Amino acid sequence: MTAASASSSFGPFVARHLGPRESDIAEMLRVLGYRSLDALIDAVVPAGIRLRQPLGLPAARTEQESLAALRAMADRNQVFRSCLGLGYHDCHVPGVIQRNVLENPGWYTAYTPYQPEIAQGRLEALLNFQTMVSDLTGLEIANASLLDEGTAAAEAMALSLGAAPQHDDPVYVVDRRCHPQTIAVVTTRAEARGVKVVVTDTAAHDYGPGVAGCLIQYPDTFGAIADHRQVVDRVHAVKGLVTVATDLLALALLVPPGEWGADIAVGNSQRFGVPLGFGGPHAAFLATRDAHKRLIPGRLIGVSKDREGHLALRMALQTREQHIRREKATSNVCTAQVLLAVMASMYAVYHGPEGIRAIAAQVHQRTRRLAAALKAGGFRLASEAFFDTLVVETDAAKAAGIHEAARTRRINLRAVSPTQIGVALDETVSEHDLADLLGAFSLQPSAVSNQPPAPSIPTALKRTSPFLTHPVFNSYRSETEMLRYIRRLEARDLSLTAAMIPLGSCTMKLNATAEMVPVSWPGFGGIHPFAPREQTEGYRRLFDDLEAWLAEITGFSRVSLQPNAGSQGEFAGLLVIRSYHRARGEAHRTVCLIPQSAHGTNPASAVMAGMKVVVVKTDPKGNIDLADLRAQAEANANNLAALMVTYPSTHGVFEDGIAEVCAIVHKHGGQVYMDGANMNAQVGLTRPGDIGADVCHLNLHKTFCIPHGGGGPGMGPIGVAAHLAPYLPGHPLAESPATASGAVSSGPWGSPSILPISWAYIAMMGPDGLTEATRYAILNANYVAKRLEGHYQTLYSGHAGLIAHECILDCRPFKGSAGVEVEDVAKRLIDYSFHPPTVSFPVAGTLMVEPTESESKEELDRFCDAMIAIREEIREVEQGVAARGDNLLFHAPHTLRLVTADAWTRPYPRERAAFPTPATRIHKVWPTVGRIDGAYGDRNLVCVCPPVEEYEAVSGEQ
Amino acid sequence: MANVPDDLRYTADHEYVKTTPEPGVFLIGVTDYAQGELGDVVYLNLPKTGDHFDAHQVFGTIEAVKAVSDLYCPIAGTVVAVNAGLDADPAAVNRAPYDDGWMIRLKADDPASLEGLLTAAAYRTQIGA
Repeated sequence: MTAASASSSFGPFVARHLGPRESDIAEMLRVLGYRSLDALIDAVVPAGIRLRQPLGLPAARTEQESLAALRAMADRNQVFRSCLGLGYHDCHVPGVIQRNVLENPGWYTAYTPYQPEIAQGRLEALLNFQTMVSDLTGLEIANASLLDEGTAAAEAMALSLGAAPQHDDPVYVVDRRCHPQTIAVVTTRAEARGVKVVVTDTAAHDYGPGVAGCLIQYPDTFGAIADHRQVVDRVHAVKGLVTVATDLLALALLVPPGEWGADIAVGNSQRFGVPLGFGGPHAAFLATRDAHKRLIPGRLIGVSKDREGHLALRMALQTREQHIRREKATSNVCTAQVLLAVMASMYAVYHGPEGIRAIAAQVHQRTRRLAAALKAGGFRLASEAFFDTLVVETDAAKAAGIHEAARTRRINLRAVSPTQIGVALDETVSEHDLADLLGAFSLQPSAVSNQPPAPSIPTALKRTSPFLTHPVFNSYRSETEMLRYIRRLEARDLSLTAAMIPLGSCTMKLNATAEMVPVSWPGFGGIHPFAPREQTEGYRRLFDDLEAWLAEITGFSRVSLQPNAGSQGEFAGLLVIRSYHRARGEAHRTVCLIPQSAHGTNPASAVMAGMKVVVVKTDPKGNIDLADLRAQAEANANNLAALMVTYPSTHGVFEDGIAEVCAIVHKHGGQVYMDGANMNAQVGLTRPGDIGADVCHLNLHKTFCIPHGGGGPGMGPIGVAAHLAPYLPGHPLAESPATASGAVSSGPWGSPSILPISWAYIAMMGPDGLTEATRYAILNANYVAKRLEGHYQTLYSGHAGLIAHECILDCRPFKGSAGVEVEDVAKRLIDYSFHPPTVSFPVAGTLMVEPTESESKEELDRFCDAMIAIREEIREVEQGVAARGDNLLFHAPHTLRLVTADAWTRPYPRERAAFPTPATRIHKVWPTVGRIDGAYGDRNLVCVCPPVEEYEAVSGEQ
Repeated sequence: MANVPDDLRYTADHEYVKTTPEPGVFLIGVTDYAQGELGDVVYLNLPKTGDHFDAHQVFGTIEAVKAVSDLYCPIAGTVVAVNAGLDADPAAVNRAPYDDGWMIRLKADDPASLEGLLTAAAYRTQIGA
């Protein structure tokens, strides 16, 4: 179709999702010198890989139709009261947090806080999260969240292996009373890197040399509380580390692991005000001792100062991460679960220490009364020491009857064994619920009332130490104050609600309201991950649709929704490849070829999957060097496992040789893993499966509209060709059979409650609309590149100087010509009220711009005008009009405090600093701090809330 | 312009070897050029006294705000001391790479192996100084 005909054949939502209007297209094409959008796309995407038929997807639905269809699915999920436990507990999401964080685009459309000057709000919320975790676990330092409890435990194992003395055959001991899904995920990870896992009774185990550490659950999966101090001593005696998987609410009453000698604590913060969501997303946590701070995986928020000496927060110790360390990284985890960590931290801010203690005490008290009533009724309990979870011993016939009676009361109990019933309580359990529960055990409701409960927490394990003592947890008790606190933090951050976020490789497209609305429906949010199948028919339908649609879009046979992030998708995909080779008797195939230009996560994931990384060169144009690929593939032909390749490349180009790349790898017995980070440039135009890939992960939070949440959640499902389908991840608690690849996430389907977003996007765009989005993304990127031509050099391009969906602007020459670093250009863009593009990835000294299809021509022009104006500011330095090291760029960004101060010593006017364009006079997001001194913070690492006086210096700026 | 003292020996990986009054014992660190390229150094992961390294073996890592690099042992030998001051003051590597910024004292297996390293002139040529 031609550009002029766009829209009428599409669903009405398509025009809402796309930025440019039909009337803009002609002008944009004129600038680019193309007659039609078709002609542009033909010139960009190599003909040999073009998809020649329309995607086989249902026709576009309207927003109303999509919402109605999702409502019908939600209604087919039955929201039972959950007493299943297993690390997931229902909770009350405070309305002020649900509406102003979870449902607020000011929070959910922000990106990972790479630009701290315009991210102080969520950085503060994350510092609160770290402080909360640190306080409750009794350990010095906590990270800014991980994907789920299972992967957090696996990361703790990796940390232990890094910190313990190195052994040739390391052993990791896991207590058999850990949650089964945690044991499964840890086992998968351990097996991949050649670590032997022993699942046993840690209290009785004989710890020999070679033990890198052990994992204990406290309280355990059956609810029992035990004193593990002796285990700690014995593990420490062989220089191993003790990790404790734990429950933050229980720790309000129990002596925290850090006080009885544990080295690491992990867990899930879900019950701090985050819906169950059939398994996620939730924010898991990891805390440890100061000694291990440099081995902590994931993101860590730290306190530093800005150039004026004011307190300022930013991500600390970034050099540990995969994008710098590659195969030597501590972990492949890139993202966190920021939105959920923010919610959990706000729950603690709102309730405070007394509130949290009161909630814990109430849950515990009701559990004690339930226990007393059950015992009075003749039932035996597996443990007399518990917090909120009981295991009731009975016989098989009675147990079946109790489960049945509970079901008729719409309560789910855990079938621990045919004769053991697990009952886990939470803050939502009312007196009425308690009576219902007793009814299920054929006891009278009155049995509960007058029993004097016996003590159930051993005296030696009763918490006496304070927690959440920082003023931030003791200041916002009224809803008015809480509302203002949340809004105050939100206002410090630049999200998509204010301006385009042109972050290359991140795809900050529209997160439409109609996609987001179902996320907070109880029919999706109120379901426990291990609820019985018959209660989750709506979710099954959602999964079936989404798996089928994603398979069609990628050209693959099967899709697994289990991986919780792109990095987990990479790991899972490589495990699938490894299992395939093993099943064919080729276990020795462990060499993974990775191009120089690959994202750093690729080599980190390959190492985690037990593979050996061999780097393939890229040519001066940024493409894979085919001659080197051939040579490496031949040299490693006997041991070749896989090639990991990103398409379009990380340089934003559709490489012509991609089909040949795949053929070379296949010829030498390898499998092709396609990194789907740039899938948004392929949808509808070509498909990984058709190009020759065998596995591909998809970032649903990029291509398929799940918002970035300020740095998570994400979802990283993988698609595979038919021959790999038998090796997709399995899960011990799902009906799907166990597979050779094992489980990679705590939940069988990763984070289900955000999958309606991607479902709605595909449903409302339809096959033609999805393709049109890809075409517009390519158009927008090329338009930006063209408009900046002559001002900035664009690195790497394909045919006719065209790029795919993102472009790399070279800022390296300015260092010599004006003493201006790429960082200066990025920070100056903040003064223009923009979020800077990706800095120094994939090439140091450059900016990578990805406008996405959702930005309008006006916004693209505003951005290009800003970039051009900044180029002129650089020219002033080049020409000696402005001084090197004392100019608009060097001092950027400019805070309101600075430009309104009585003293002004800069050699340029305040107005140019603060309001460089007319648009900034109308609306502007101010940086709340000046340029941050990263080195100061990394040398003086502080990762908990600093004393309040230091904050006030910053708040004074508001 | 990076400072390349004449009386030191160098590696292509930007480590230097400095003689001490004690025969066969040398100070090892990274060059002024290297610290300039790395930027603000924030952390050093250094070996323990008594550790032995072969030539070209990694003996530690150096972390700056934006980059992390391995440190390669220029010659084979045993670590006889580690600069504990760098723990609290990693910036010494930026401030005084050849003095307070030294990293390890190494007792060489074979003091003559020093001759295989770059001279100041050769190192200057390599970095284009």
